[in-house]
Amino acid sequence: MTNDALKAKITELLPATGFEEGGQWLNINVEPADWRLLAEQLRLDASLQFDYLFCLTCIDWKTHLTMVYHLDSTKFRHNIVIKAKLDVAKPAIETVSDIWRTADFHEREVYEMFGVDFINHPDLRLLILPDGWEGKRPMLKNFEDPVNMIRL
Amino acid sequence: MVEEIGTTVEGDVLINVGPQHPATHGVLNLLLTINGETIKKVEPHLGFIHRSIEKMCESLTYRQFIYVTSRMDYLSAHINNHACALVVEKGLQVEIPSRAKVIRVLMDELTRIASHELWWGAMAMDLGAFTPFFHAFRERESINDIMEETCGARLTMNYIVPGGVMYDLHPDFQKRVKDFITLYKLKIHEYDEMVTGNIIFQNRMKGVGYLSAEDAISYGCTGPTARGSGVSCDIRKLYPYEVYDQLDFDEILETGCDSFARYMVRIREMNQSIRIIEQLIDTIPEGDFQAKTKAVLKLPKGEFYQRVETARGEFGVYIVSEGGNTPYRIKFRSPGFSNLSALDQMARGSKLGDLVAMMGTLDLVIPDIDR
Repeated sequence: MTNDALKAKITELLPATGFEEGGQWLNINVEPADWRLLAEQLRLDASLQFDYLFCLTCIDWKTHLTMVYHLDSTKFRHNIVIKAKLDVAKPAIETVSDIWRTADFHEREVYEMFGVDFINHPDLRLLILPDGWEGKRPMLKNFEDPVNMIRL
Repeated sequence: MVEEIGTTVEGDVLINVGPQHPATHGVLNLLLTINGETIKKVEPHLGFIHRSIEKMCESLTYRQFIYVTSRMDYLSAHINNHACALVVEKGLQVEIPSRAKVIRVLMDELTRIASHELWWGAMAMDLGAFTPFFHAFRERESINDIMEETCGARLTMNYIVPGGVMYDLHPDFQKRVKDFITLYKLKIHEYDEMVTGNIIFQNRMKGVGYLSAEDAISYGCTGPTARGSGVSCDIRKLYPYEVYDQLDFDEILETGCDSFARYMVRIREMNQSIRIIEQLIDTIPEGDFQAKTKAVLKLPKGEFYQRVETARGEFGVYIVSEGGNTPYRIKFRSPGFSNLSALDQMARGSKLGDLVAMMGTLDLVIPDIDR
């Protein structure tokens, strides 16, 4: 599908969606509350079939966090990027680990690095960081650790 | 972790594989739940060599951060560098000389062969055959020598930089690569005689570690791991970069979905890499090996993403720029991280001894997973 067709289709699914064009792929801004429902439709809709989540990450903008999901369809080979703004004080969004199984590990990584709470995630605990790092959120911009220097 | 070890309900036993197990090829810890010899659950514990490369890159300039990326998937160092160079060039909108493009592809494919050679030797060793390791290293050594001559390094090359490549090719490069191709063609049949056609080996691989095509896509598996399940995912074919769209090569697909299929994909892929090198080696264009770029690179405000095909699968670099000379946020989508997450699905219900065969065909490189 072309970007225009994707736009029309997604507006049909979720009328109040913001789009950003001009980048490499079509960007879609969603409210965290709408994300779960849209994700299910993106995965299952016969004309979309976004079955491959190739990147899931988070960006700390100091005033808010942005979750970024890069999606690809192995059947149609169209790509989109979904973005959801999260509250910095209490970041939370519904999990998609049952829709795309790869999100399980990626969400655990974002959870430990950024402190984002993935609602209904089956096994949300530290993956990469060792015990004792719970709640430290090392990838946030305001994180300072004088012992383990990570700023060069 | 220690207090978790022991017998739990219904005869389940928790055991650790790694972090110092030879078959994990690095410091990876798998916490297994087994009942008798049957695996009930595999739980990977990562991070033993996590260096927080993404955070480090936030304070490195676009010329500096390339060097850190060689240390992630060190067997595909060139291809990691390549992805980073491409994403910076995409942001700067620099067109690089055709000579640099061809050199980059040649280096990528030599790296792919070297990586698969090491995987082949190491995997056979995991399964108890020691000799193949020496055969694989014999061929791999000549690739390392070629790299050493041109790049000045044998493992972390840091040769592909934004704008082109660091230095021009060594005068002997073409001759040395042709010698390597001759050697490779002379020796490759030994691989099949020693390992591929070996009945003990086949019995240990066939039907082991089943991963369906749907699961492979859902778990985000890429590279030979997914292609062994018949999923077309070669970035060189689907989203071509550099000169890959002008080259004649096949995407290798196997439909066995088991360890043997993944093994065959890699073996056949090496021949395709040789095919690519043969098409390019005599027609390296003359001219500059680097485009003229400013001393300090500044990417415009925006987001840039580049996907490339490493020896292990799809590697992605995602840069969010605020207009400065360092990235605001950088994310490396490493193939090993996603491939490893499918191990639990593959291993459930199979025997403990088969775990080594499954891990072998995932071709795990731990620094690539931990980053």
